Amino acid sequence: MQAKPKALTYLDIFTAVLMLISVGMVFFYAPMEAVMGNVQRVFYYHVAVGWVGMLSFFAAAIAGILYLKSKDRKWDMFALAAVEIGIVFIFLNIVTGSIWARPIWNTWWTWDPRLTTATIMELIYFAYLMLRQGIEDPDRRARFGAVYVILGFVSVPLTFFSARLFRTIHPVVIGTNQPGAEGQFDMTPKMVHTFLFSLFTFTFVFIDLMWHRLRLGRFADQVEQLKLRLSL
Amino acid sequence: MNFLRATFAVITKDLSGEFRSRELLSAMFVFAVLVILIFNFALELDVKTRSTVTAGVLWVTFAFAGSLGLNRSMAMEKDRGCMDGLLLAPVDRSAIYFGKMFANLLFMLMVEAIVLPLYSVLYNINLFQAGFLGVVILGSLGYVSVGTLLATMTVQTRTRDILLPILLFPLAIPVFIAAVKASTGYLQGLEMEAIRPWLNLLLVYDTVFLAIALMVFDFVVEE
Repeated sequence: MQAKPKALTYLDIFTAVLMLISVGMVFFYAPMEAVMGNVQRVFYYHVAVGWVGMLSFFAAAIAGILYLKSKDRKWDMFALAAVEIGIVFIFLNIVTGSIWARPIWNTWWTWDPRLTTATIMELIYFAYLMLRQGIEDPDRRARFGAVYVILGFVSVPLTFFSARLFRTIHPVVIGTNQPGAEGQFDMTPKMVHTFLFSLFTFTFVFIDLMWHRLRLGRFADQVEQLKLRLSL
Repeated sequence: MNFLRATFAVITKDLSGEFRSRELLSAMFVFAVLVILIFNFALELDVKTRSTVTAGVLWVTFAFAGSLGLNRSMAMEKDRGCMDGLLLAPVDRSAIYFGKMFANLLFMLMVEAIVLPLYSVLYNINLFQAGFLGVVILGSLGYVSVGTLLATMTVQTRTRDILLPILLFPLAIPVFIAAVKASTGYLQGLEMEAIRPWLNLLLVYDTVFLAIALMVFDFVVEE
């Protein structure tokens, strides 16, 4: 059992401070949006948690490829950790989106491409966890898991494009304006600062959580090996 | 050449085995008819709704029947130890994948070849248009290419039968959306302009997933 590394403790504190500042910025620094009012403030976290979710699934797919190449168990642990974090954050992304959509779109839910894709992504990665549960042999579990995260990640853009060929009403805040989107707004400089800062903060939240989860995974491995030694 | 011969051998093995037992095809076919029957009552398939929902009903039917077939086809290999025999054969592993994939595709097409005329007769709708049949082949190919790979994995797990649809359906969503849209387009006589994006999507999906399946199949059968 290793003690908690110093760097991790510092990272915890740093992330917590960032988080406090970003909450402060969202509520006090960013101006109120003229049309939507206070509910627009959810946008800063909505995009940030979505970013963490996508980053996690991307990291998981890369870890899957690296596992198949190297057969190193640490990449399997990495993929699992990333998928778990991704599931939680995409879920938060959906929930915050719904909170915003209720007053703006007048509905909690609509079958917009982004919403559809987020839902299907959740299902894909739940399936990944179920697949792992069904396999006892750790090597096979790692191999099948790696294959499935790669397949899953490749199918996400295809799902998005297929759903996008339907009409979309989701606003595109960054980049070009899109006709027909509901709830569009232009960001003032202060909004941009807040937005970028929350992206920055959540990236650190992601790194911090990953580190903790990987440590936990190593401990779980050690416990399993100790149990095995006891039973022999 | 050797590769093609090996692929062909796997296909003939599956087909001759199936024509002797007929357990897979008959199960898929009866299941497909049952699903259509249930849809008939669930959706009130009258003349007006028929033109819009036919493609959806058919693709849901194919997906369900297909997952039944995929499960069975791989379980057969596993239960009787055939898979080990196949893996011992001195051929490229991807030939085994291609063989199984093609055999599964043929089974699915055979079921579709019976279901489509039956549906045409029951609901008095002409499904035999070249474009529509093309979509059926492209969609089935995409579905089976991922399905064969995943079924090879799920038969090696504890929860085998229930796991395949859970793994397969979310990945196959683009195929369903594109196939249903393209089929509806052909059945409603829309112009090519409206159908082409969906056909492109089907082609991209088929190519991408065949390529990935080919690359990772080795890892799935490795012992």
